[in-house]
Amino acid sequence: MSEANASRPHDAELNTIPKLLLRNAKTFASQPAYREKYLGIWQTWNWQETRDQVRDFALGLHALGLQRGDSVAIVGDNRPRLYATFVTAQSLGGMPVPVYQDSVADEMAYVLEHAGVKYAVVENQEQVDKILSITDQVPTLEKIIYIEPRGLQKYDHTNLHSFAQVQQMGRDSMQAKPELEQWWLDEIAKGKGEDACVMLYTSGTTGRPKGVRLTFDNQIISARNANQFDKLNEQDEIIAYLPMAWVGDNIFSLAQAYDAGFCVACPESPETVQADRREIGPTFFFAPPRGFENQLTDITVRMEDAGGFKRWLYSMFLRVADRCGEKILEGKSVNPYNRFMYWLGNMFVYGPLRNRLGLSRTRIAYTAGEAMGPEMFKFYRSIGVNLKQLYGQTEASVYVTAQPDGEIYPDTVGKPSKDVELKIADSGEVLYRSPGVFQEYHKNEEATKSTKTDDGWVYSGDAGFIDNRGHLVIIDRAKDVGKLNDGSVFAPKYLENKIKFYPEVREAVAIGNGRDFATMMINIDLVSVGNWAERNNVIYASYQELAGHPDVYKMVERRVDELNQALKDEPRMAGSQIKRFLILIKELDADDGELTRTQKVRRTLIEDRYAPLYTALYDGSEMCHLETEVTFEDGRKGMIKGDVRIVDMQTYPSAAAPMQEAAE
Amino acid sequence: MNQVLGEAAPVSAENRISDEVLLKVDNVSLSFGGVKAIRDVSFDIKKGEVRAIIGPNGAGKTSMLNSINGFYHPQEGTITYQGKTRRRMKPYIAATQGIARTFQNVALFRGMSTLDNIISGRTLKMKTGLFWQMLRKGPVEQDEFRHREFVEHIIDFLEIQAIRRTPVGRLPYGLQKRVELGRALAMEPTLLLLDEPMAGMNLEEKRDMSRFIIDANEQLGTTIALIEHDMGVVMDLSDRVVVLDHGEMIADGTPAEVQANQKVIDAYLGVSH
Repeated sequence: MSEANASRPHDAELNTIPKLLLRNAKTFASQPAYREKYLGIWQTWNWQETRDQVRDFALGLHALGLQRGDSVAIVGDNRPRLYATFVTAQSLGGMPVPVYQDSVADEMAYVLEHAGVKYAVVENQEQVDKILSITDQVPTLEKIIYIEPRGLQKYDHTNLHSFAQVQQMGRDSMQAKPELEQWWLDEIAKGKGEDACVMLYTSGTTGRPKGVRLTFDNQIISARNANQFDKLNEQDEIIAYLPMAWVGDNIFSLAQAYDAGFCVACPESPETVQADRREIGPTFFFAPPRGFENQLTDITVRMEDAGGFKRWLYSMFLRVADRCGEKILEGKSVNPYNRFMYWLGNMFVYGPLRNRLGLSRTRIAYTAGEAMGPEMFKFYRSIGVNLKQLYGQTEASVYVTAQPDGEIYPDTVGKPSKDVELKIADSGEVLYRSPGVFQEYHKNEEATKSTKTDDGWVYSGDAGFIDNRGHLVIIDRAKDVGKLNDGSVFAPKYLENKIKFYPEVREAVAIGNGRDFATMMINIDLVSVGNWAERNNVIYASYQELAGHPDVYKMVERRVDELNQALKDEPRMAGSQIKRFLILIKELDADDGELTRTQKVRRTLIEDRYAPLYTALYDGSEMCHLETEVTFEDGRKGMIKGDVRIVDMQTYPSAAAPMQEAAE
Repeated sequence: MNQVLGEAAPVSAENRISDEVLLKVDNVSLSFGGVKAIRDVSFDIKKGEVRAIIGPNGAGKTSMLNSINGFYHPQEGTITYQGKTRRRMKPYIAATQGIARTFQNVALFRGMSTLDNIISGRTLKMKTGLFWQMLRKGPVEQDEFRHREFVEHIIDFLEIQAIRRTPVGRLPYGLQKRVELGRALAMEPTLLLLDEPMAGMNLEEKRDMSRFIIDANEQLGTTIALIEHDMGVVMDLSDRVVVLDHGEMIADGTPAEVQANQKVIDAYLGVSH
């Protein structure tokens, strides 16, 4: 394609990611495609080098026997070589299957077996060990390829290869047969838009994960629409730090990056993300609400430890930002005094703060996955970060709805993205249809049928409604929305999200479906409450001890009361005011199966495990003895036991009559 | 070529342990006034092996390490290192000869960053004098780049990138121990003495530390002598074990041999006399 065409009127020819790679290698040749910090210094692959790396690896894999249709598992933190592996597999007609790098051997065995994985490309010894321990459960697996050779020299290398070796094999075979390069280009040319290009396993709050098959068309059309929507181009830069097995990373860091030609930076290690982000200054940034939440908690905690003058400066300018920050961000009219004060604040507080957060250059920041507290949302927007919400699903190649610039409301997830149709079922469940909609669940026809209708509509599993501004509002998982015995709607996640907006609360489980009233189990936030304890000379040895502290209970009690007061004003939710609550003596943990890997609450399992607490919450008792099992990171188990105190709360008369029906 | 990820040079795992004796302790006795800390102890450390020194409290383990690196001077016996026998030795000389160590209670520069602490382990490798150092130009700059690169390899090796700039005083104990190991490795030691590298660590930290010790031994080819109380760790890590009790050597052999030795069992579990 010609240079003038670089700012892409998208021709239909570029319908696969490997084809986009070839286009980028030509058009953006020496512009950066990947960055990664190595030995403390950012190293870069430009697009040409990326193409060469992919070609070498592809020819190496070909020499190892990779055939069209073979599945290639990808396991590890975000690394340029692993991203290259996606494109390598795709270029040969293989199917990349990214797997969550922190999944335990069991979970991994299920996915690898289910996907019929033949090759596994992994980051390091840890992952090699994990896969070697499950090879007997994955009969299809033939070769393991690792990136970091450290600690692996002693291993039997019959079916184990290093990434560099495989690339060398590729180069060697190309030297022997120079026509192989053309063969590789021909293989890429064979790729079609409707070919499956990736299989992503959804974490699934219930049952085993499902393998979602997406095609190039799904990914590339969604990515193109998103790039146009947010005007992303080759000048942009993102930092890839979310799991590669998650659809978001797949779309942002692969499909969108290849379509727009922007650079993907990989952090040095998972612990350095924040520092690395500050150095890179991504222009497009995604984080789950928890990410933004943790940062804000961190800032707040640090400001509390700062000197008096700094605290004064901070709180004064935050008030200014609160008054006019969002209006300035949206280009609305603001009186000159406020504009001047904001300008000052930008110099002293907002600018340095954005820099600290690594958001100085950020044009667009998105959050999704969970609801975000309105205060928090407003905080980021008022200091000049264009934070928006989107609603997406693996089955939709992410984008279902997104908030357009200038139409930002904390309680909505935005308007339907381009080419997306939306409707609400009678049950309140959201349905959508778009070019991004997945093909099928791998080897699970039943699930495919119950999720996707013949004419392409997908049941999202979420309950919601479209408000009078045309924005979608999500209230909860459709199957979790229940009713209290008096008939009023009970949406547990809605309540949990509201209480989680308080920094003291890390996790919460609301109970009420089929009961007389709503109750709640709460996990305190060890960082925030721990800091409070330090400042107030409260001594504690463990989470359990701090959680049971009377002052902590009082603090949480105040928050639950605030929640009840807020709920009484909401017609849909007034009936769900919390009558009783308790603080759990153990943090809910994905290792114990209580949360999914994406930190969603698994209700049935929790109800099972904490049955005595459920009984106690409803039988009026004030104390309950609990014994429960914990799993340590290495898989060993231990017991936690203790007494849990239950607190009764005041509820308020509703400002409006309770809704008798499920959300519209 | 552009290096996004570097490849560590593969080290052959074969013949990790050579027959060459790196350090030999012959009939060493050490006493403080009337207290006999070590009595007539002899053993050797072969090049490339992981040698553990174990024993109950007060058995003389740390005194043994202190004697090896010249901090204590045994009244009797000789220590032969790399073929050279010596009676008196100074820690500075031990360091120049390639003996590095870590301490039972972490001994780092608490106000300095991880990076600076580890780079301090390179002091003996710095070629330029104080004058040039102060100018920080020319050869000094090149020198510093080289050392920094080396230190970055260690940071990568020990997976402590996230704390590169953090003052070590602010770090949890387990990480401080890791930084201390890093400083010792920065000396590119021939013999590395580790005094209770796992003390006070939780299970996960112990596992990480074990991995680093194994890697230091296998990949960097460092000979290691370590004192450790955690028997599981000792049995997994070491090639041969010396057991001391009340300053006397009561056993010497492979972990399995030592474990089966009645004297060792008695020393650890106590025996009625």
